[in-house]
Amino acid sequence: MNPASITRLDLVLAAPELFVLAATCVVLLVDLFLTERTRWLTFVLSLLTLAGASWLTTVTGFSERTVGWHGTYVADPLSSLLKIVAYGAVAVAFLYGHGYLQVRRILKGEYYVLGLFALLGIMVLVSANSLVTLYLGVELLALSLYALVAFNRESGIAAEAAIKYFVLGSIASGALLYGMSIIYGVTGSLELGVISNAALQMPAGQIGLLFGLAFIVVGVAFKFGAVPFHTWVPDVYHGAPTPVTLFLAAAPKLGSFALAFRLLAEGLGAVHATGWQDMITMVAVLSIIVGNVVAIAQTNIKRMLAYSTISHVGFILLGILAGTSQGYSAALYYTITYVIMSVGGFGMVILLSRKGFEADSLEDFKGLNARNPWFAAVMLMLMFSMAGVPPFVGFWAKLAVIQAVLNVGSLWLAIVAVALSVVGAYYYLRVVKLMYFDEPTDEAALQGGGGAMRIVLSLNGLAVLALGLYPGLLLELCARVIP
Amino acid sequence: MQLDWPILSVLVWLPVAAGVLLLLVGERGLAVGRWIALAASLATFAISVLLWREFDSRTASMQFFEQQPWIGAFNAWYTLGVDGISMPLIVLTTFITPLVVIAGWTAIEKRPTQYFAAFLILEGLMIGVFAALDAMLFYVLWEAMLIPMFVIIGVWGGPRRVYATVKFFLYTFLGSVLMLVALIYMYLKGGSYSIADLQALPLSMREQVLIFTAFLVAFAVKVPMWPVHTWLPDAHVEAPTGGSVILAAIMLKMGGYGFLRFSLPMTPDAARELDWLLITLSLTAVVYIGFVALVQQDMKKLIAYSSIAHMGFVTLGAFIAFEIVRATGQVQGAAMGLDGAMVQMISHGLVSGALFLCIGVLYDRMHSRQIADYGGVINTMPIFGAFMVLFAMANAGLPGTSGFVGEFLVILAAFKANFWYAFLAAVTLILGAAYTLWLVKRVVFGPVGNDRVAQLQDLNGRESLVLGVLAVAVLALGLWPAPLLDVMRPTIEQLVQQMMMTKL
Repeated sequence: MNPASITRLDLVLAAPELFVLAATCVVLLVDLFLTERTRWLTFVLSLLTLAGASWLTTVTGFSERTVGWHGTYVADPLSSLLKIVAYGAVAVAFLYGHGYLQVRRILKGEYYVLGLFALLGIMVLVSANSLVTLYLGVELLALSLYALVAFNRESGIAAEAAIKYFVLGSIASGALLYGMSIIYGVTGSLELGVISNAALQMPAGQIGLLFGLAFIVVGVAFKFGAVPFHTWVPDVYHGAPTPVTLFLAAAPKLGSFALAFRLLAEGLGAVHATGWQDMITMVAVLSIIVGNVVAIAQTNIKRMLAYSTISHVGFILLGILAGTSQGYSAALYYTITYVIMSVGGFGMVILLSRKGFEADSLEDFKGLNARNPWFAAVMLMLMFSMAGVPPFVGFWAKLAVIQAVLNVGSLWLAIVAVALSVVGAYYYLRVVKLMYFDEPTDEAALQGGGGAMRIVLSLNGLAVLALGLYPGLLLELCARVIP
Repeated sequence: MQLDWPILSVLVWLPVAAGVLLLLVGERGLAVGRWIALAASLATFAISVLLWREFDSRTASMQFFEQQPWIGAFNAWYTLGVDGISMPLIVLTTFITPLVVIAGWTAIEKRPTQYFAAFLILEGLMIGVFAALDAMLFYVLWEAMLIPMFVIIGVWGGPRRVYATVKFFLYTFLGSVLMLVALIYMYLKGGSYSIADLQALPLSMREQVLIFTAFLVAFAVKVPMWPVHTWLPDAHVEAPTGGSVILAAIMLKMGGYGFLRFSLPMTPDAARELDWLLITLSLTAVVYIGFVALVQQDMKKLIAYSSIAHMGFVTLGAFIAFEIVRATGQVQGAAMGLDGAMVQMISHGLVSGALFLCIGVLYDRMHSRQIADYGGVINTMPIFGAFMVLFAMANAGLPGTSGFVGEFLVILAAFKANFWYAFLAAVTLILGAAYTLWLVKRVVFGPVGNDRVAQLQDLNGRESLVLGVLAVAVLALGLWPAPLLDVMRPTIEQLVQQMMMTKL
């Protein structure tokens, strides 16, 4: 591409990304000159970067779908929404992680820099309009995450998790790339819009298209962590330092949603009924079953939340497989609410941990109500929300998805989904049981996290309640951004 | 009737707000917290009395109607209103809750402010369930209600409380999610969650049968009907006294209310087609569970099984109407079973609540619920003995007590339909008398059973007050049920019409 052909529109279109890239480089450079005592500056600069990006995304927000950079890049209301939620999720992850890392003397600038690069990957992903841009975003995100998982050099278990994640992730990226190359070969274009039109012209069951599609579905399912491509999820969630797990469980899911939406809905929407719907159905049902059932057997809360994530991913995919705009907006809504609940859940793990003690066993939640009634109540709200019990926001997410599925006539999928959410309720109830019905074995006051984290975590819990009592605004927003 | 302020919203949110306030006060503020709990529950009761006074019993339409937009995307509204079915149940709720607060005044040692807070929040949600006129709002409150109850049984319950409360939660949750699928289905068909719209929505027979089945699972678990009743004895035995009282007096009524508000008017054709199933299950509950109650060794379990048998009358009364029309060919008599079902719900709320409170009184003193540990309680606790005998008689359906009115109406209705139905239903009078009176004989009468019984203290003022108030209510409803029947009449007549219309 000739630099002269970059228009002003292109720059405006990608302004948030360019800003984040530049600011991240500044953070990286500034951090070189900081000592452990002045590292708070990195933290502050990272938050400022996120604030600036939010501002830029808001002011350059496109109310209509606008394509730039020679058709490779798109800005639409969906990308703005996803980016803003991602900024929020990353900011919360930074905030929750700060105290934890500081106390353990592993507060390195890389945590922020890698986190911001991962964010950049997500941003590229949500704004991608061509296969190459998509892949670029996927890889930038994935490479940053591999490094983040391994970022505590002293920890053997983290290194093991990172290697597993890297090896499996590379295979999945390979599958994705292979699928993309075949789609390119069949349709003759990298641009999603052109691919979509080309796919519409082809006869149903065109073998090349389906062949490529299968690999793409594998890649998407892996990035989501859906069954049967889920085996990395529990190990990575367990092995990574808790702030990294928190990071991993939140914002990248927005990227995965974008990947699925851009590729499957916008690019290959034509082969929905004849191609990927059945594949995603299988993956979704298996994820809901395996996630919910296996979570029951876990004794480590990070692993339990990992399996719970797998089941939530199943629900997100249920919305996507409906293939209607109602379904996509339900999946989007589910993804956003999942991010809110997930940062809260891992935030609680951080809050209960202290120097030399990881509160990652379920037993560590014993008697929390006696130790700190307010945060026990926050966790109670998060757990019931994840279980899908009203009046918390998780209920509306499940409702939206089930409604979308019923609307395309899949009664059995709806029944499977609700029946397994009852199974899922069991392990969330167990956490409530430990907090409320058992007496504490550990009487120490909660030490993890500073005042700012406690305030944000409290707001996080209240948001789950508030969005549950009045879900209308977010639901309408999600419906509006999906064309 | 319409007041110029939203009385129903106040009824729903006042207790919830008071509960949240109590949580904020925390355990250190117990001295104040108790009084907040009492004041809030009494204020709620006072407001509900006003609701009753202002209620217009000449009309079947919804009164004190409130409507606010809630979730545009689902076309769900915050709609509240009451008719002759829901208003008495709301008054029952607000009547029982202060008694529970008073009964738990000093009996609760572990985190008492949270205990009171849980009951107040639960009260608000239960009132909301009865007042909701939007199916989505109804469902949200219906499920939300499980959370405080789950905590109440789990924190303040007996030794096997965790098993009992998880079983309670999962059973009812499983029942309700199928109802949710049915509601979404109807919403997608009709575009509205308003209960009135759902009642008017035409549905094919196949759809009705599926929806009816989904509702049946939800409500049958809640009632509970045989064979999905097994959570109830566990929950009752393990729950603290207050929890048992609320569970028996009000939560079980939600199932009955659901049949009257959802199943019968929304899927009348399926209900007519499948009424044999409901009647069979009800009669099984009445007869078989009656025998089960007879052999119980644990007082709470015995009352729990007796609750199942008595709730069998409610479902029998609700579904017998179709048989009456079939047998007699006219609609006039059909309302009698429904009248009986409603009276039975209110009466059972009072009587079972009172019996659980009586057992609580004994348990607080002896820390045992085994019948064998008692005997001759009347010798040391004469006032208590008198109350216990009165409530036992009411439970057995003695004329003059509220228990008689409901059972009598249902049996009479069953006679109109089929002699054998009535015969089997009447068996319960014998069985009920047998297990209740035998319980009384073993616990209250006879020589003093052991040394610990010999040292029992009779009721203190607080306990006498609670049981006395309930005794007055039981007798009043038994001697003069007309006010209750008058309030319900237009609504029940309208319900019968809805049931007899076809939606095909």
